[in-house]
Amino acid sequence: MASFSINNVSIKGIAGAVPKEELSNWDYTHITEQERKLLIKTTGVEKRRMVGKSGITTTDLCKAAAEKLLEATNTSKDDIQILIFVSQTPDYFLPASSITLQNRLGLPKTCMAFDINLGCSGYVYGLSAISSLISVGKFKKALLLCGDISSAGPPEEDKSVFPLFGDGGTATLLEYDETAATMHFSNQSDGSGYEAIIVREGGMRKPFTVDSFTMVEKEKGISRASRNLELNGMAVFNFSVTEVPKNIAEFFSTTNTGPDSYDYFVMHQANLLMNETIRKKMKFPPEKVPYTLPKFGNTSSASIPLTIVSELHDKVAGEVSWLLSGFGVGLSWATVSLKTKGLICPEIVEL
Amino acid sequence: MDINTFIQQLQGEFEDIPAGFLKPETKISDIEGWGSMHALIVIALIDTEYGVTLKGDELRKVSSVQELYDMVVNLKNNPE
Repeated sequence: MASFSINNVSIKGIAGAVPKEELSNWDYTHITEQERKLLIKTTGVEKRRMVGKSGITTTDLCKAAAEKLLEATNTSKDDIQILIFVSQTPDYFLPASSITLQNRLGLPKTCMAFDINLGCSGYVYGLSAISSLISVGKFKKALLLCGDISSAGPPEEDKSVFPLFGDGGTATLLEYDETAATMHFSNQSDGSGYEAIIVREGGMRKPFTVDSFTMVEKEKGISRASRNLELNGMAVFNFSVTEVPKNIAEFFSTTNTGPDSYDYFVMHQANLLMNETIRKKMKFPPEKVPYTLPKFGNTSSASIPLTIVSELHDKVAGEVSWLLSGFGVGLSWATVSLKTKGLICPEIVEL
Repeated sequence: MDINTFIQQLQGEFEDIPAGFLKPETKISDIEGWGSMHALIVIALIDTEYGVTLKGDELRKVSSVQELYDMVVNLKNNPE
């Protein structure tokens, strides 16, 4: 297990942005009423925000969140020395979206910028990468931007994917701080499960052909083209309720902590049944485990920071001890423990 | 563990099933609207209550409630 600790880095603030357009799964008429009820009960997803036909991209959402955060924390753009953008829905194949964001945000040319291609585990992985750099380079300040517009992919005719995902972008401001508590990480991967969540065509392995756009009925209620996101719910479920508790149990043992050591346990917002199974296995009481699944659905790498901003913005003024865990596409999963003091969480921006 | 408790737990997960419908010999596929969502609910229940994580393929192999129960008992007593 890749576990490691990072000193001298603290999180100053987190901000989130979502599209205005809201879609309710109660109106999802591709399935029967009974299926709809069961879907909402099982996944926990009632409403989602979608970019729809607005033309808004992930970088637009992250940019709005970053601007809000820089303003709320009274941060000078000239102090930002690292920008990392975590997403699987970048603006272009190339150049990297982080670099276009450096310019669009008006950050100095002294700022390093690069992308990380991860989804559900992306926030924790992103924190580990950016914090390592800050700690080693004694960099003043850094921005971690995480988000996806996963709704842009799946067709309405695919009930196994369409009702799950929402769009969102987030910004997290970190800084070099010699008084900061140690962050502990445990990051893992298992590429043997690469097909569990996959967009098969459109990359270099299988470039687009005309057939990439042809809708095919896979089973009743599930039609998609091979350019669309495909999700093996059962495989993801099994992976998550097996590997994540194992990872966290080992994490508890190496850090000598347990559920009582943390004020909040914020999980990637995957699916209520799955997350609740993990919560019960790890023996966290419900009041320590917030959810935004009902409001925003699965927002990929934005889900952990968006949940903190949405559900806990008024509870973070003092010192807060966090356990954060992201898991999914890859397969990839990671857990971090950290502390914040006076975390600044401005209101969620709507675009 | 015993099968009556197991049936009660299953019953508790499915609001739409009339009380008394589930018996040891009931075919799982006869549960109204049975589909992948139900499968996930059953897997989650068994995982939480019995500490056994069934795979989708394993669940597909059993036909009746009794067979499902036997599989859980077997996996619980003989962990991999």
